[in-house]
Amino acid sequence: MKVLVPVKRAVDYNVKIRVKADESGVELNNVKMSMNPFDEIAIEEATKLKEAGKVTEIIAVTIGPDKAQETLRTAMAIGADRGILVATDAPTDIGGVEPLAIAKALKAIVEKESPDFIIMGKQSIDDDSNQTGQMLSALLGWSQGTFASDLELGDGVATVTREIDGGLETIEIKLPAVITTDLRLNEPRYASLPNIMKAKKKPLDIMKPEELGVDFTPRLSVIKVVEPPVRQGGGKVANVDELIEKLKNEAKVL
Amino acid sequence: MSILIIAEHDHKSIKPVTLNIVTAARKLDTDVHVLVAGTDCTSAAEEAAKIHGVTKILKCDAPELSHRLAENMAPVIVGLADGYTHILAPSTTFGKNVMPRVAALLDTQQISDISAIHDADTFERPIYAGNAIATVKSSDAKKIITVRGTAFDPTKADGGNSPIEDITASGDAGLSTFVKQELSKSDRPELTAAKIVVSGGRGVGSGEDFDLIEKLADKLGAAVGASRAAVDAGYVPNDYQVGQTGKVVAPELYIAIGISGAIQHLAGMKGSKYIVAINKDEEAPIFNVADYGLVGDLFDIVPELIEKL
Repeated sequence: MKVLVPVKRAVDYNVKIRVKADESGVELNNVKMSMNPFDEIAIEEATKLKEAGKVTEIIAVTIGPDKAQETLRTAMAIGADRGILVATDAPTDIGGVEPLAIAKALKAIVEKESPDFIIMGKQSIDDDSNQTGQMLSALLGWSQGTFASDLELGDGVATVTREIDGGLETIEIKLPAVITTDLRLNEPRYASLPNIMKAKKKPLDIMKPEELGVDFTPRLSVIKVVEPPVRQGGGKVANVDELIEKLKNEAKVL
Repeated sequence: MSILIIAEHDHKSIKPVTLNIVTAARKLDTDVHVLVAGTDCTSAAEEAAKIHGVTKILKCDAPELSHRLAENMAPVIVGLADGYTHILAPSTTFGKNVMPRVAALLDTQQISDISAIHDADTFERPIYAGNAIATVKSSDAKKIITVRGTAFDPTKADGGNSPIEDITASGDAGLSTFVKQELSKSDRPELTAAKIVVSGGRGVGSGEDFDLIEKLADKLGAAVGASRAAVDAGYVPNDYQVGQTGKVVAPELYIAIGISGAIQHLAGMKGSKYIVAINKDEEAPIFNVADYGLVGDLFDIVPELIEKL
């Protein structure tokens, strides 16, 4: 089986982000960028399935700036066989390429590559939309297995255990399907140095959005981006008695 | 034009988060309809009809909606879309699963997890795990929106008397089937709806010692939460997790025990009305957001708290 793994270059999850002074967005200059953590889980899962003999080819695809080639190289160092970059200078966090446009671009790639299924992160940790996988599934008319914490590939079907509010749900979906990953699905490996070297030689195609016939014009315009209101904390109590007294008489929550 | 809300329910009754979504919808228009789509969902529809501020209930009762799978739910909602300017669902795992499918079928760019409404086109939403708030204006003719329930006060569950209209389902898409569900069995309130949440972090030390957190929660009638560190360490299941990648809570009282206060965790709880932090490290960042910080060993403090409450 052939699997397509969409990945995204996003701000590293350890970075404490800063809002731009002109309130137009979030400062990304000179900020560490990495592969979106949920996408790493997707690449890891695809790689494990290839190692188990269930998948024959893994194609990583990203939509983003030239530098997103690094993200594809990371995916190839973990296990992808080749990469596709749809190059755009538009922002990919907010005010630029939006989930619907990404889903349309991915659909065009699916039509060229005919994968048996797609596995991708449930959301990216920049715009936090949690939409692209579901949208892609809808545009293709495929089934969807979102927020997966377990995945079993069968004959023409996949069994997906999903993280839902209050517990877990297991569904069986027909292939082809779009599967989106949750944190518990696996723990991504660190790419070994030999694999990082090998990844540099793997094929990487670059294409333009126009070649896919997709319009990247945003539907949402950004009015402003601001810091959240600062919480006035730092209050201390000396002991349990004082805590109970304050909760009862000052906060009145007990 | 009217607003359509996709109700969160378990076929028998309406989930409380639906009441918060009604408040959000009424900021847009006073004609607010609620879709109750499920199987044998008459009692849920009747409960929805009593919600204050709602004008009509649409009931779609069909066997293929028994587990409200996205592939079967989305066509029902798309079929109703013509009559509405805005379609709202809570940003629960159900809403997050279904609504983008609806949006794509309507060629609309969804606005996820809104926390405030400026006007019919303009909304606030947290991005970067709540470390920035974006105000965005949609140019789509129809708005498909998921709503952060805790950002809006609940409307009253009674006082309304809406007519219930039956609508026909779209049939089984034949793409997916339900296999099983394992829900955590608990008498405690749901994490995202609780008035008080007691959460434990890595400082609790083990799954066994997490009993202490649960005892305090039971004493207070509270829900139990955890930091990602505690979940990753295997003390508690994933659905306990409060934070950027878990649940966002905003109770009246949040008690953080043995939690250092990583950005990841703060993103999920700093909307709480009052925050109590109990931690032995007085430099822990959790104290910067706490109204009442208590520095000390949780294994001394929590038993004393349980005894004296």
